[in-house]
Amino acid sequence: MKMMKIIVVGHGMVGHKFLEEMHQLQVPGVHVTVLCEEPRPAYDRVHLSEFFAGKRAEDLSLVAPDFFEQSGFELRLNTRVASIERRNKTLTTQDGEILAYDKLVLATGSSPFVPPVRGNDRERCFVYRTIEDLQAMAAAGAISRSGVVVGGGLLGLECAKALRDLGLQTHVVEFAPRLMTVQVDDEGGRILRNKIEALGVHVHTSRNTTEIINGATAHHRMVFADGTHLETDMIVFSAGIRPRDELARQCALAIGPRGGVVIDSVCRSSDHDVFAIGECAAWNEQVFGLVAPGYDMARVAARFIAGQEQVAFAGADMSTKLKLMGVDVASIGDAQGRTPGCRSFRYTDENKQIYKKIVVSEDGQQLLGAVLVGNADEYGTLLQMALNGIALPADPEFLILPSSDGKAKPGLGPDALPDSAQICSCNNVSKGQICAAVADGVTTIADMKACTKAGATCGGCVPLVTQIMKAEMAKRGMAVNNHICEHFAYSRQELYHLVRVGMIRSFDELLAQHGKGLGCDICKPAAANILASCWNDFVLKGELASLQDSNDYFLGNIQKDGTYSVVPRMAGGEVTPDGLIAVGQVAKKYGLYTKLTGGQRVDLFGARVEQLPLIWEELIAAGFESGHAYGKSLRTVKSCVGSTWCRYGVGDSVGLAVELENRYKGLRAPHKIKFGVSGCTRECAEAQGKDVGIIATERGWNLYVCGNGGMKPRHAELIASDLDKDTLIRLIDRFLMFYIRTADRLQRTSTWRDNLEGGLDYLKQVLIEDSLGLADELEAQMQHVVDSYQCEWKTAVTTPEVRQRFRTFVNSEQGDQRIVFMPERGQIRPARAEELATDIADGAPV
Amino acid sequence: MTTETIEWTAVCAIDNILPNTGVCALVNNRHVAVFRVGQNQFHAIDSIDPQSNASVLSRGLLGSLGDRVVVASPLYKNHFDLHTGECLENAAYSVRAHAVRVAGEKVEVALS
Ligand code: SRM
Ligand SMILES: Cc1cc2nc3c(=O)[nH]c(=O)nc-3n(C[C@H](O)[C@H](O)[C@H](O)COP(=O)(O)OP(=O)(O)OC[C@H]3O[C@@H](n4cnc5c(N)ncnc54)[C@H](O)[C@@H]3O)c2cc1C
Ligand code: SF4
Ligand code: FES
Repeated sequence: MKMMKIIVVGHGMVGHKFLEEMHQLQVPGVHVTVLCEEPRPAYDRVHLSEFFAGKRAEDLSLVAPDFFEQSGFELRLNTRVASIERRNKTLTTQDGEILAYDKLVLATGSSPFVPPVRGNDRERCFVYRTIEDLQAMAAAGAISRSGVVVGGGLLGLECAKALRDLGLQTHVVEFAPRLMTVQVDDEGGRILRNKIEALGVHVHTSRNTTEIINGATAHHRMVFADGTHLETDMIVFSAGIRPRDELARQCALAIGPRGGVVIDSVCRSSDHDVFAIGECAAWNEQVFGLVAPGYDMARVAARFIAGQEQVAFAGADMSTKLKLMGVDVASIGDAQGRTPGCRSFRYTDENKQIYKKIVVSEDGQQLLGAVLVGNADEYGTLLQMALNGIALPADPEFLILPSSDGKAKPGLGPDALPDSAQICSCNNVSKGQICAAVADGVTTIADMKACTKAGATCGGCVPLVTQIMKAEMAKRGMAVNNHICEHFAYSRQELYHLVRVGMIRSFDELLAQHGKGLGCDICKPAAANILASCWNDFVLKGELASLQDSNDYFLGNIQKDGTYSVVPRMAGGEVTPDGLIAVGQVAKKYGLYTKLTGGQRVDLFGARVEQLPLIWEELIAAGFESGHAYGKSLRTVKSCVGSTWCRYGVGDSVGLAVELENRYKGLRAPHKIKFGVSGCTRECAEAQGKDVGIIATERGWNLYVCGNGGMKPRHAELIASDLDKDTLIRLIDRFLMFYIRTADRLQRTSTWRDNLEGGLDYLKQVLIEDSLGLADELEAQMQHVVDSYQCEWKTAVTTPEVRQRFRTFVNSEQGDQRIVFMPERGQIRPARAEELATDIADGAPV
Repeated sequence: MTTETIEWTAVCAIDNILPNTGVCALVNNRHVAVFRVGQNQFHAIDSIDPQSNASVLSRGLLGSLGDRVVVASPLYKNHFDLHTGECLENAAYSVRAHAVRVAGEKVEVALS
């Protein structure tokens, strides 16, 4: 059989979707080559802005690690196609190489439109499309104070937000009289403008730039047609996109009236061996600047090439939701109300800056479109109503009115949707597929994303996907068993509430009221931890001691030979010479192995239980406190040297780190918590890899949350910028307490966040906008913990009945002779099994 | 039938063991973990954890798994039945169980 050679030009989002489809179809006898102009394989452009929030290029990759090995497809990076010779069915790369194809697929995407004004090619002028663009912007951002985005559309606003997060004074310059002209109406545009300005972005509408010249106070001066001007250090053009149809033009394929390769319903161009998909294609004279229609085209083209005839691209829904912090904007269907005879309902709340509009058909039966600004909670429901033609209730206005008037909102339970309803448009996942995944055992939103891809792209559908998943689970009677262990039929979160609401102060009480059996090594430490988070009693007081695992019981980390480590707190990594000397003297006196930890402090290893109180007594006398290296609690607040010494520092990172470490020390949580504070964006403290990361800006502090190093690194996400210290601390209080209340046992903030229904937006609403009305309570709880702090070691060594428990044998003063050390590099290390005398090793009488 | 004289060794006072915790006693040079379950039930097994070869079982958390009363090793979290010394996860790691009784205020152990 002759091989069919398929060449794909462009390895962007849609090009890669085509490859995935081809691979899945497993067509025999095809060889697929993909030519990619960019230096890296396909990545998630939709989430490009997250690059500024700490995502690395690898994090954005769309290509499964072994995709090319598995599929046998060939990827060539840094390869731009220069021309196509349709007569010979060949193409030529920019290096002059000639390749032959049987079928050619153009997936070349689009390029940002740069308005043709004089000076648009000056340095520090950018577009917003590729990782390289963003890298260049970040570099310029570091030496700029201000930035302008030209274009107030969906992408322009996203870009403005990114500039602001880079710490620049940010402006948006828009030609039209309002922002997001395509998606919202005048009234919505007005509210949107207020919202954007409230973020600290200056908006200039009805401004036509005529030229860009040297500025007097900044790098550039933008001169406008009305005679005014604006000075700025950098400029980003985001004024729309133009399909990259230059190859098609060169080889004389039909081109649409507004550009784009003309395609038919199976994505064929005017040459039936050449296909075009994604943003470079024009279907029905329309170019789609969204990823979902492109994915659809990729599916159609792949299936058609594989021999399936019954496929067709039938246009796409252009509903969108802006993914911007603190600004909810969504637009569905006929947002402008252009359908003849349609009627609309509007709701404006000037106070909360909310605007909502729905457009319904003449007969009042169908939802045609909607605009939501300031609060887009109804997006999922309204979108499904519009897409599935679900009959509207008698009073459709209640769909957008706030429900405080007593009337319940006519919700759209998942049951109302047909199985075929497309829930995730980015990845074409239907309700039926989500239910099928549940049948296959998927029970968390993270697994759902991995398994079906639903929710994995723009994230807009996640609330609805979650709702459907939960409903299906309930239907199958599989209320997820999140019971902590066999002794309690509750999750950790439920236990927390039982303890708090029932004012339970002991494990015995908890077990008697809500559990069975004796408890175990899972529920006991978890209960001890919850009791500590709630009431903050001394962890070794009375019965509490029997709940602690060995680390908390002996206030040290157990090592492989049964000895413990000693970690004095060195807040922020700061330590005085005298402090260091004292630590050194103790280590020397007790012969402990000494090492600097990854958490910026000193760890002393090899202490036997009976030595611990003696060692700590000396450390406490030298001014040290417990470092809680053993607890599920705050570990360290790592700092960089910051503005006090560093020539680049813009904030006193050490000072803040010390203050934060002292504030949260001793706080018990579902898992350990780590902080980092950096003095500037160079980020020497690696704050973005921590549960709580803080980075100084010219105007205050940026707060990042839910980062993780360890087994599965995760970059922290920015939740608020340029905070003053008081606001910062309030937000951290809320964040930590909310985590403590709602996380599962041993769930770091990163996994908690990954499973948080509603994602980052929800977290921001709860923490920043106080959508649950919990903020005061969370802060008060934290204050209680802060006020009731005690150094556990100090209490332990000064409480005789606790102190007497630190002994190796209950009936002998002798130490554990089975603990044997060997010398290594001038210190001790535990002896290996083969180095021990056998009679000692097997524990038999000697 | 042979009768051996069981040799009881007093290891500590009841009050030396906090309810629901254990202590380590040296009995004839053997490391024995003695546990107090609730107020007045006592058990003893070897304290040396066969997986780590460290004397740590006395420092494990007590609890129940189904009907069995167990201690979890603080190092690798294996569970040991307090009546038999059996390791629930891997029989090869099982340890010996010893007899315990309370005599007056004292807890006494007899090696098996
Ligand atoms: C001592 C230290 C290594 C060192 O010599 O540098 C260390 C030692 C241990 N780490 Fe760690 N980790 C140490 C820094 C880190 C860091 C680096 C950091 O904090 O910047 C990380 C990655 C950052 C992070 O946590 O996100 C780290 C990620 C882990 C993990 C993986 C956590 C995760 O979420 O993936 C574990 C396992 C766990 O917690 O379940 C772990 C667990 C442990 C345990 C507790 C394992 C155990 O149960 O025995 C080790 C015993 C601590 C001891 O004996 O004191 N350690 N560990 C470091 C103590 C820091 C301190 O001063 O408190
Ligand atoms: C910042 C940003 C945010 C966005 N947000 C959203 C969103 O929220 N929702 C949404 O639906 N969409 C969003 N989009 C749009 C979305 O990213 C695009 O619709 C999607 O990437 C289109 O995929 P594509 O494969 O057609 O084009 P691209 O992803 O651009 O891929 C085209 C590839 O072809 C390469 N190429 C071009 N010409 C050649 C040649 N001659 N030889 C070799 N290679 C060539 C290009 O270098 C590029 O790598 C966003 C885009 C940006 C930039
Ligand atoms: S993060 Fe910035 S302030 Fe801190 S040490 Fe590095 S360069 Fe200096
Ligand atoms: S709709 Fe975009 S991820 Fe589901």
